[in-house]
Amino acid sequence: METFVFYVFSAFIVLSALMVITVNNPVKAAFFLVLTFFSSAAIWLLLEAEFLAIILVIVYVGAVMVLFLFVVMMLDINMAQIKKGFVNNLPLAVAVAIAMFVTIFFVVGGDSFSASIFTIPDPHAADYSNVAELGKVLYTDYFYAFEIAAVILLVGIIAAISLTLRRRPNTRHQNIEEQVAVNSKDRLRVMKIEAQERK
Amino acid sequence: MLDLILSIYEIPVINILVKIIVILVPLLLTVAYFTYAERKIIGYMQVRIGPNRVGPRGWLQPIADAMKLMFKEIIFPSGANKVLFTIAPTLAIATALAAWAVVPFGSQMVLADLNVALLYILAMTSIGVYGVILAGWSSNSKYAIMSTLRTAAQVVSYEIAMGFALVGVVMAARSLNIGEIVEGQSGSIWGWYMWPLLPLFVIYFISGVAETNRAPFDVAEGESEIVAGFHVEYSGILFAIFFLAEYANMILISIMAALLFMGGWLSPFEGVSFLGLGSSFLAASSIVWLLAKTAIFMFLFLWFRATFPRYRYDQIMRLGWKVFIPVTIVWIYVIGIMYYMQIAPWFVKG
Repeated sequence: METFVFYVFSAFIVLSALMVITVNNPVKAAFFLVLTFFSSAAIWLLLEAEFLAIILVIVYVGAVMVLFLFVVMMLDINMAQIKKGFVNNLPLAVAVAIAMFVTIFFVVGGDSFSASIFTIPDPHAADYSNVAELGKVLYTDYFYAFEIAAVILLVGIIAAISLTLRRRPNTRHQNIEEQVAVNSKDRLRVMKIEAQERK
Repeated sequence: MLDLILSIYEIPVINILVKIIVILVPLLLTVAYFTYAERKIIGYMQVRIGPNRVGPRGWLQPIADAMKLMFKEIIFPSGANKVLFTIAPTLAIATALAAWAVVPFGSQMVLADLNVALLYILAMTSIGVYGVILAGWSSNSKYAIMSTLRTAAQVVSYEIAMGFALVGVVMAARSLNIGEIVEGQSGSIWGWYMWPLLPLFVIYFISGVAETNRAPFDVAEGESEIVAGFHVEYSGILFAIFFLAEYANMILISIMAALLFMGGWLSPFEGVSFLGLGSSFLAASSIVWLLAKTAIFMFLFLWFRATFPRYRYDQIMRLGWKVFIPVTIVWIYVIGIMYYMQIAPWFVKG
């Protein structure tokens, strides 16, 4: 049963990953990338890494890809224009691809992924909590790495904000503080007008 | 005969299917009558009567609506991507219903007792936004795509505030399992997490309203600007499915608020010595309490819609990013301090 589920989702990953790079429309490509992430999360679930699997879905599927789609939908991409140089550059691309594959193959190699190294892990007991285990390891053994990663992310946030923060003094904009602080007396005056005789 | 039925029920697949039906059928009926309740309640709030023609007092109105939508023609806009156009509502309803798999209705009444149930629900609601994105994009309509962009930005923003509010709950309960979170609130009404986590409670519910694109955060379907938003091109049963998903999500947000902050199925009379209420049948935990608490939040959704005018878009973004997220982060620190000081009854090490 598990093997069957594994092969189904692996097939999904490989096919959708292929579609990401072959499909014509960039928005469709992004949707196939979503499917790839989702299927990977399913594979992680098979490894009893339920916390990581769901975090993958929340972060990549739920946030990153939504923003990605957001950008892709607004871009006006002309695929014909982009594909114009495809045949001319094909030999170079193939050469680079082969070179990359060969180097990766010699560094990582096929032996590193054989079934004898990665045997099927023994299933844990029902009360095993992946979240608790991960938390213990993260906040003890890998504490410094965790903190450094956090600081790098913080730097990334600050850099992204400072890149997009442009002060344009001449534009007209609303002053939110004043808007929030306003009350009815500032905007509305109740007048008492004497009744007038009909003419 | 009974033995035969019981033995069939023992087969795992049948067992799970029966449980799914037991959850889904009442849920869908609730959705149907929630729409009726909405029209009635908002009607009375606006000094109208609301639907009262179909059946006695209009009780058959939701069924009539459902029948009408089912038999109407599904119109595909020209230039629309037909496959994605039909997948979009499917995705919306699938995620809205799948989230209910981990919702517990009592201490033993749960379909899937996950250790990461809370995160699972967060993941399902965040996938739900793809229904809206796909619908808007595949419709080949300017109004729909505008609405999609608004919704995507809004949902992603409020998801952060909502996630942080849930971090507070997880810190207090020291568990991601919803059943354990509810049990952590037992003792008395003062043990409920809504008291120490009051700001997070408020933020969770308001973010929930924003996540489901309900008034006053319903810019996704701002009628005055973009007609009907992302489902402007949808008709018939495809539109009905979007509708169904939205209401199922509203009920989900309500039941989650009841479970995480108001003690779920725990009775408010628990541990009360006054008049012996604490030992009477009223103090027993039961699904009735959970449903009653859920109903309060469901009513709030409708009350909001009848009361508040629609937020302006920049105000929505400001509220999410500049008010809610800082407040939640500060309150996470406050929870840490409360833990350090061992404040009873919530933060005492058991």
